[in-house]
Amino acid sequence: MAVTENGKATSHTPTTARVDRFRGHDYYNVDDLLETEHILVRDAVRDWVKQEVSPIIEDYSERAANPRHLVKGLAEIGAFGPSLPEKYGCGGMDEISYGLIMQELERGDSGVRSAASVQGSLVMYPIYRFGSEEQRMKYLPKLAAGEFIGCFGLTEPNHGSDPSGMLSNIKDDGDAYILNGAKMWITNSPIADVMVVWAKDEEGVIRGMILEKGMKGLSAPEIHGKWSLRASCTGELVFEDVRVPKANILPGVQGLKGPLSCLSKARYGIAWGVIGAAMDCYDSALRYSMERVQFGKPIAGFQLTQKKLAEMITEITKAQLLAWRLGTLANEGKATPAQISMAKRNNVQMALEVAREARQIHGGMGITNEYPCMRHMMNLETVLTYEGTHDIHLLITGMDVTGINAFK
Amino acid sequence: MKLLVCVSKTPDTTTKVSFTDGDTAFDTQGVQYIMNPYDEWYALVRALELKESAGGTVTIINVGTADNDAIIRKGLAIGADDAIRVDAAGGSAYFVAKQIAEQAKAGSYDMVFFGKETIDYNGSQIGAMVSEMLDMPFISYATKMDMAGNTATIARDIEGGQEIVEVDTPFVLSAAKGLAEQRIPNMRGIMQAKRKPLNVVPAVAVDEKASIVSYALPPAKSDCRYVDAENMDELVALLHGEAKVI
Repeated sequence: MAVTENGKATSHTPTTARVDRFRGHDYYNVDDLLETEHILVRDAVRDWVKQEVSPIIEDYSERAANPRHLVKGLAEIGAFGPSLPEKYGCGGMDEISYGLIMQELERGDSGVRSAASVQGSLVMYPIYRFGSEEQRMKYLPKLAAGEFIGCFGLTEPNHGSDPSGMLSNIKDDGDAYILNGAKMWITNSPIADVMVVWAKDEEGVIRGMILEKGMKGLSAPEIHGKWSLRASCTGELVFEDVRVPKANILPGVQGLKGPLSCLSKARYGIAWGVIGAAMDCYDSALRYSMERVQFGKPIAGFQLTQKKLAEMITEITKAQLLAWRLGTLANEGKATPAQISMAKRNNVQMALEVAREARQIHGGMGITNEYPCMRHMMNLETVLTYEGTHDIHLLITGMDVTGINAFK
Repeated sequence: MKLLVCVSKTPDTTTKVSFTDGDTAFDTQGVQYIMNPYDEWYALVRALELKESAGGTVTIINVGTADNDAIIRKGLAIGADDAIRVDAAGGSAYFVAKQIAEQAKAGSYDMVFFGKETIDYNGSQIGAMVSEMLDMPFISYATKMDMAGNTATIARDIEGGQEIVEVDTPFVLSAAKGLAEQRIPNMRGIMQAKRKPLNVVPAVAVDEKASIVSYALPPAKSDCRYVDAENMDELVALLHGEAKVI
């Protein structure tokens, strides 16, 4: 029990292993739009998160430590590449199932969801989509099983929103290419066994390639000092004359559409994932406001609290419907990158606002690790920026509706 | 070894219970359902462990309407091989036991597993009834179970200790906490479950011998009163005068 300055004990005892009392929220009966399989998937991941993530996440986040032991469990439940074919050790599931997995993982923590997003959408997906059958068989089963951890190298220190200006390059050297350059803000790079990296060839065409840990000239220093995604490992990739065998080039794609198609996959997952973070904040705020008594009644009974709660559930419900429709389009192969941009942008902003409002409802307790809101809020600042910034997604929508490019 | 596991659908543990139709029926409005945890976490998982170590098949049985298919699919996703759903809107424990006994007889199972009770009606009746109908021994509240050949050694919790029972197959068992550990279905299991057989069979006619007259909620908890730690006299007065416990 904590003790205040005047020596009196207080009832507040911050604890990192909080009890996870989360319940899902479905104001518009979106569950009725889902199939039995979707609900099974969602509930399974929800159970796993309650069992494995919730008890440890505040502690890891506080210490800025990577809960690497979760990789095995993520692989066992099938969170890595769930929508890729079963032949490669994956789930063979549809896009809505994939979205729901991301939602439940991010309900636990955006960093845990990021690990699954990167592995599935940014590493396994390009190897599946653009790789040779040999490359698929060599890497996908091990990535699905969590035996390999993967990372994705596109962003560079001086080229974030404008990846086409990248400086990383490869030069032909007989049976291999010589890779030089550097990548920045790479989730899991310091612990990655396999890296999908994008660099320009001598004609200036962007090519994808698979690198492996231990290649000479390859290093992956960790980036420290993040106030966000603290339970996720982030680093650089530095290439100094790395010899990349030609067999490691992804044969199926040339140009920026390669990495951008991976990002569409990951952004799709984010559009679902952040609903989880928002629901966790709303759920906690709703419960807290019913239990916290001020002026003789629960604070949920005051109009300003109700305004916050009502707006939160309204926005969450709209985001759920947007994600469900996007998932249905994705299942039909009809979701456009611009539609994915809209959902990513809208839902991340929604989640961030819900996290901030929820934090307010928790009062002072909202800034502690006894409640999840502040952690989600800080995580969502990253999610707002990565995989296409909030502003860039707006310009994508702008270009889509006007036909005029406002990027430059 | 052929194993049959009986699973029920129960309201989620956080459900706010209320009644309708003049307090004669449970109000299902807005209720989320789960597989009865004693059936899922202990009975089903122990049966799967036995299958994994000694071979055989695990069949799930449920008595209910198509609404129950979701929890049956979950059982298949966790690892059961196939499932039987006796198509009926429900009934008394006797009705359900009769349906299960009919299917169990037809399938000649070596063991029939139940959870020790459902978390909604807490009847603990069906396992015992089925064992009687099948003329098999019934071991209730099992917390540990080891198999050697056709002989099971089963621990049951009893007041103040444990009882160890030896029994040969076939038998009926009800599972309590400790018998196994919850398994979360994985994505591959969920996909495979879609392809596993779920056989829907008609119910046999049963003469109901009991009926529910009414339900009532427990009395609401009274307010919590705080008494200053220094003021023992007030506490004693309240316990004596109001609570009447001393």
